[in-house]
Amino acid sequence: MLTLLFDGISYGMLLFVLAVGLAVTLGLMNFINLAHGAFAMAGGYAAVLLMNRAGWPFLATLPAAFVIAAVAGVVLERTLYRPMYARSHLDQVLFSIGLTFMTIAAVDWFLGSQQQNLQLPPWLQGRFDVEGIGIGKYRLFIIGVCAALTILLQWVLSRTRFGSRLRASVDDPRVASGLGLDVNRIFALTFAVGSGLAGLGGALGAEILGLDPTFPLKFMMYFLIVVAVGGTTTITGPLLAALLLGIADVMGKYYVPKLGAFIVYTVMIVILTLRPQGLFGRSVAR
Amino acid sequence: MTPAGASPSAAALSAAARWRWWEFALLATGLLSWFLLPGHALLLNEIAILALFALSLDLILGYAGIVSLGHAAYFGFGAYVAALFAKHVLPDPLLGMAAAILAATGLGFATSGLILRGSDLTRLMVTLGIALVLYELANRLDWLTGGADGLQGVVMGPLLGRFEFDLYGRTAYAYSLVVLLAALLFCRRLVHSPFGASLQALRDNPLRAASIGLSVRRRLVAIYSIAGGIAGAAGALVAQTAGFASLDVLDFHRSADVLLVLVIGGAGYLYGGIVGAIVFKLLHDAISVLTPQYWTFWLGLFLVVLVLVGRDRLVRPWTWWRRQRT
Amino acid sequence: MRGADDVVLETRGLSRRFGGITATDRVSLRVARGARHALIGPNGAGKTTLINLLTGVLVPSAGTILLEGEDITALAAHRRVARGLVRTFQINQLFAELTPVRSLALAVSGRLGQSARWWQPLGLGSDRRVAERCDRLLADFHLDDVMNQKVALLPYGKRRLLEIALAIACRPRVLLLDEPVAGVPEGERQQILETIDALPAEVTVLLIEHDMDLVFNFARRVTVLVNGAIFAEGDAASISADPRVRAVYLGESHDALPTQPAMDGRHG
Repeated sequence: MLTLLFDGISYGMLLFVLAVGLAVTLGLMNFINLAHGAFAMAGGYAAVLLMNRAGWPFLATLPAAFVIAAVAGVVLERTLYRPMYARSHLDQVLFSIGLTFMTIAAVDWFLGSQQQNLQLPPWLQGRFDVEGIGIGKYRLFIIGVCAALTILLQWVLSRTRFGSRLRASVDDPRVASGLGLDVNRIFALTFAVGSGLAGLGGALGAEILGLDPTFPLKFMMYFLIVVAVGGTTTITGPLLAALLLGIADVMGKYYVPKLGAFIVYTVMIVILTLRPQGLFGRSVAR
Repeated sequence: MTPAGASPSAAALSAAARWRWWEFALLATGLLSWFLLPGHALLLNEIAILALFALSLDLILGYAGIVSLGHAAYFGFGAYVAALFAKHVLPDPLLGMAAAILAATGLGFATSGLILRGSDLTRLMVTLGIALVLYELANRLDWLTGGADGLQGVVMGPLLGRFEFDLYGRTAYAYSLVVLLAALLFCRRLVHSPFGASLQALRDNPLRAASIGLSVRRRLVAIYSIAGGIAGAAGALVAQTAGFASLDVLDFHRSADVLLVLVIGGAGYLYGGIVGAIVFKLLHDAISVLTPQYWTFWLGLFLVVLVLVGRDRLVRPWTWWRRQRT
Repeated sequence: MRGADDVVLETRGLSRRFGGITATDRVSLRVARGARHALIGPNGAGKTTLINLLTGVLVPSAGTILLEGEDITALAAHRRVARGLVRTFQINQLFAELTPVRSLALAVSGRLGQSARWWQPLGLGSDRRVAERCDRLLADFHLDDVMNQKVALLPYGKRRLLEIALAIACRPRVLLLDEPVAGVPEGERQQILETIDALPAEVTVLLIEHDMDLVFNFARRVTVLVNGAIFAEGDAASISADPRVRAVYLGESHDALPTQPAMDGRHG
């Protein structure tokens, strides 16, 4: 049972890193980006290709995944996303679904539809057995990396100037820009970092979540749950939501395999019905 | 009826509700197509079903402003109910249709409470979640639904006791066409009524709608249930004309496709679903001939271009190179 | 049994807090039937919040609201309209994709209990009441020339007229007007003022306004709201002469409340 808890926590932290970019994008630009999963997939495939085809060591592929996804984010943000900020949510949804379909088909075309295999380095394989709890080394590694990232994010947000500019822009973009903040640059940078984190998450998760062209659609719901339940105004909201989701999903699939993901969706619907702003979100509607 | 000449308001309002020439033309074309294009009955049948599905989405999206990414839930539910009804109760198509509509309306009513509150994102999530839950349910309850293999062995009885469903789809198309026509007439009546106007009001400004005495909740529940029922009718048509129901009817791509269909044709004037369905299906067929596996890519590209350029400009190619006025 | 002082709208200790901010502070207000009652106060005094509380857009943190002696504190906003409590908005709240005639027809149908009918076309049918009432409203509010235009395309003055026409279409018994002439060009301003003046005597009017001209021409009774609480209340003459009120609006160095609007049309 504690092993499950541990697995759930690692799953949750991974989901958090994957989804945090989406939360910030939504909170900052009020943009529903359903293509967020595509950036994660890009990072995942980048890592796999670098490892399998170019012989890179696993650890080196992680920052590469971040950078590749972040660059993709910058390019797309400047060209395609910017004109969409002012559009209606329906338009944004259609647009990002369209992008997702395109990336899925493109990946399928170039790399085939089979699941990609990532060979973990030997020091990350296997597990420790501590007091009867099986602690997978890789899962421990994931928790470590994600926890470090979370602390880093929290530090950036609360201690740096960029962080306070970002928070001001999330709170009220018009006032922030009236105060002289270059909101466009903040958007671009944030979008890049968010996409980069998604890419990193995709690389980290390739082994655990499975990587194939349908990844963005399969996990889109999970990312959205993290964001909708966790709210978009804090870092801790999505973190807690992701942890809850990870633990609930792992436990659910183990104890009630017949129902599996069904439970997660139902719980999400219940939460959103009772508290449309999410468990941790502000109740101000935009 | 009041003499319209006596009151300018009455004149204006009756002008709004009057039948336009192109509505007659469209209906006539539909009816004629059954006679004139017998070889294409199967394709036309698919178009009619898709149009009906899109019509139901128009009610909630175009008229009530609810963005749904999971409308396939009601479509698929109707399909399964119709298939199960034919298999276990009676193979009569009309009774099965009635059962499916009733069931889907009930499902719409039961889930309507979930979409009453919240932002666009919340509604997206909840509607998506409902469809996913239903998909999972259909998957798990494989003793009932056939699971991933689908519900096989659904043999439909003859329509009205006389018309057998044939391989060429002529009976099917006639059936779908009549159902579509009936739904269209019903919805037309609905949207021109005070109820329909109140839906548009609550789409445009829910705060003001409440401030002139309209109950927003009740109207949303009503229209969501009705839309669910009509989507269920479309699903029943699919199951009955194909003799088969599978998980595909609940799949996300159904919800995404119908959304695209409605956006292509235009939401909020009731005929967008029909226009969009025709364009979508023809495009689909054309592209499938060229690149059979990568329809998803072209669909995605089309979506992106459609949204970036904007639907109004897209249908007027001469505006593409003109700078957009804000 | 009603006393001589026939109170149609009353609040008792009405309060509303937002986190640490008290937007409405134990307001106890009594509005008599047929009153022409103005609510004034500096910006941020909580006037619109009070209207939002009265109409049910906001839920009070404390206190009660009574309409015709009945407690409506828990009553849903749309039901208050059915009881005759209607408001207009300071910023136009209209139905952008509808036309004036359809908007009004909808409001009138609502009043006649027909707004849920689905089988008859809007405003038509065996009785002519809806169409006739729309005709009258369109004429009274000078909207007949734009009755078929989409609201989103109307000029501001016409939209303001429609804003008020919509409220009148609901046959209010108590009408809450939130800055009805704010930003309105001179021509339509006169039209709006005439219509307000022409309201039947038995309709009770509570008016939020910054324009002192309008307030003292129109109101018989004035309540001054400052920081969410009632600061002063009385008839128009005594309020305008009250030195405390002058001080709160302008600081102590002025002798009288200005009767001309300031350059940007706002006071305080």
